[in-house]
Amino acid sequence: MSCKRYVSRSTAIAARMLGDEMMVMSATSSTLFTLNEVATVIWEAVDGATPLEEIVTQKICGRYDVTPEVALQDADALVKQLAEYGLLLLSDRPIEQPTCSRKVNL
Amino acid sequence: MSGLIAEIAAKALQFNIPLNVQLDLTYRCNERCIHCYLNHDDHGEMTTAEIRDLLDQMADAGVFYLTLSGGEILMRRDFFEILEYARKRTFCVKLKTNGILIRKKEAERIKALGVESVQISIYSHAPKVHDAISKLPGSFEHSMNAIRLLRSHGIHVIIANVLMVQNATDYAGVKALAAELGAQFIMDPTITPMMNGDRSILNLNVEEAALREVFRNGDVVGNVEEFCAPPQGPDADALEMLPCSAGHTACYVSPYGDVYPCVQFPLPSGNVRRMKFADIWRDSPQLKEVRTITLRDMPSCSKCIHGATCTRCPGLAYMEGNMRGPSSADCEKSFVRTGVATAGMLAGRATSPHLRSHSALVQIQL
Repeated sequence: MSCKRYVSRSTAIAARMLGDEMMVMSATSSTLFTLNEVATVIWEAVDGATPLEEIVTQKICGRYDVTPEVALQDADALVKQLAEYGLLLLSDRPIEQPTCSRKVNL
Repeated sequence: MSGLIAEIAAKALQFNIPLNVQLDLTYRCNERCIHCYLNHDDHGEMTTAEIRDLLDQMADAGVFYLTLSGGEILMRRDFFEILEYARKRTFCVKLKTNGILIRKKEAERIKALGVESVQISIYSHAPKVHDAISKLPGSFEHSMNAIRLLRSHGIHVIIANVLMVQNATDYAGVKALAAELGAQFIMDPTITPMMNGDRSILNLNVEEAALREVFRNGDVVGNVEEFCAPPQGPDADALEMLPCSAGHTACYVSPYGDVYPCVQFPLPSGNVRRMKFADIWRDSPQLKEVRTITLRDMPSCSKCIHGATCTRCPGLAYMEGNMRGPSSADCEKSFVRTGVATAGMLAGRATSPHLRSHSALVQIQL
């Protein structure tokens, strides 16, 4: 990858840990996914502010027996795939996280 | 059930996770449906802060599917604050409403908050019949307008049709309406006793002949031959079957914080105002007891030829006095479906060939 990639979770999802896997549902299509352990680590780490390279180095390479190049390649494929389903947002610059107001005025 | 959903349900069962919770936000309602099982007075609903705290606890306990129901959910002024918070905690939220208070702004908000589905009851395609059941003049038009608005925003709408004497032949008209509006149609041939045990509303249930007609209508049940197939009797595997998800991967919380195995299973199991949700879910003696029951433990049903295929509702059985006993309503439904008498009927518990009530577990989705 030539430039840094920033990743954020979409707000149009429902998600919950179930054992060591993450269940994720797209609110737009009601399609349900489960992420395996490694994908769950990446899912939980993406915050829109930390580049994917850094997440892979910090959260994957230290924990699993994989080279940084392979790990980044796999992580990149994963986030692209999840972005295609509308579960993640990708950008080459930091992504501001949406805030949730406490009071809604209608 | 799809493979992935079945896999998730099995995993939730294995880890004792309350995957599904129905939370009634209020029992207050702007309709007075003749078949309703609730008392609509407010006896001290949970506050916004209490509900937010409960949502935090439920998210931490692993609840994924959250159904917000009532009463009429939009009777609460803080409804959208609660919904927004639930979505912030990434629940998969389903709403049950009559839609009367849904206008353009509300539909836009529901869309923006990523709600999975909105279920609205339509009792008949004939406005007069619907309004006579809801006891609110003009309610048909209001509910239909809400459905149109929600659909125009691309929201998944489920039209629920509850079958009763007053609308016994109208389901086909409602199904056609649903198709026209791009909504899902479900039909429930079920009138349940009131939560306080009052069974007087069960006389609204349709007659046996009307239910037999529904069960033999391929447009409603799909494959009639399969649906009405003669029962084979439970084998060894079936005897280890759990009755349903109530108390196993699902539970119900009332507007007052009372926890029950299911909205139709009024076995008091704890109150979230006095105990943490997770502690009730894990340690409640009542929920623990519910979890021990398999078909093998049911003296009558384990010997019944319908044992493996009956839609027996443990909540209705409990309301008849024994959560390990048969539910006479389901005995009768199995009989109408197949023409074969159940063990409960033969033993004289449910001797009447006429229907007294039906359980909620035969819900026909199209």
